[in-house]
Amino acid sequence: MPYTALDYWNMVLMLILVVTALAMYFIKDLLHAVIVFGAYSLMMALIWLQMNSPDLAITEAAAGIGMTVLMMAVIFRTSRKGE
Amino acid sequence: MRDFILKRAASLILPFIFVYGIYVILHGAVSPGGSFAGGIIVGLSFIAFSTIYGIEQGRAKLPEKVLVWTESYGTLWYGLMGLVGLVRGVPFLANKLAGVDLGTPGTLSSGGLIPLIGLGVGIRVASTIVTLFFTIMEEER
Repeated sequence: MPYTALDYWNMVLMLILVVTALAMYFIKDLLHAVIVFGAYSLMMALIWLQMNSPDLAITEAAAGIGMTVLMMAVIFRTSRKGE
Repeated sequence: MRDFILKRAASLILPFIFVYGIYVILHGAVSPGGSFAGGIIVGLSFIAFSTIYGIEQGRAKLPEKVLVWTESYGTLWYGLMGLVGLVRGVPFLANKLAGVDLGTPGTLSSGGLIPLIGLGVGIRVASTIVTLFFTIMEEER
């Protein structure tokens, strides 16, 4: 069965998802890791959209990209003061 | 006077983010999204405001009293909407059984009590997120 354009699009999304997930583990700087987590969340939201669940995509976009990144960045700022 | 461009851009964009959050909350029954996602978007608009304009300005917009009030009464509003079913003699949180007119499917009013319940949940989620953010930010000092 030949691949359609949508399959290639999904492959690219999954590939970037895996790359960002691994990058979060290997990046030493915490703030950079949080920013990469935003990219991971964006890819995850697009994949939810491809799986026909726009409800989860909106929640992932709001909670993953917006809230988690902002909260983590704020917590990172607070913990850096003590060092 | 720091970040002039950021403040100008935020003052243009943030009202639309806020209204979009209200839209997602109220259309939770008929379109993707829901009260939780909409509440996060509403809360995020306030969090972005206090990040850009400073924590004091954010505190002035949403004082501690308002946050406590919305956080408590949002949950109470959910329970109050559930009591509508009990008052009509049907199970808790009943919607169509309680005699609520559901209208034509697909329109905004076809949810019955759901948009009203979602409003309570959305307000509660938004104020919880903003409270968390303020708590973390003020611990910094």
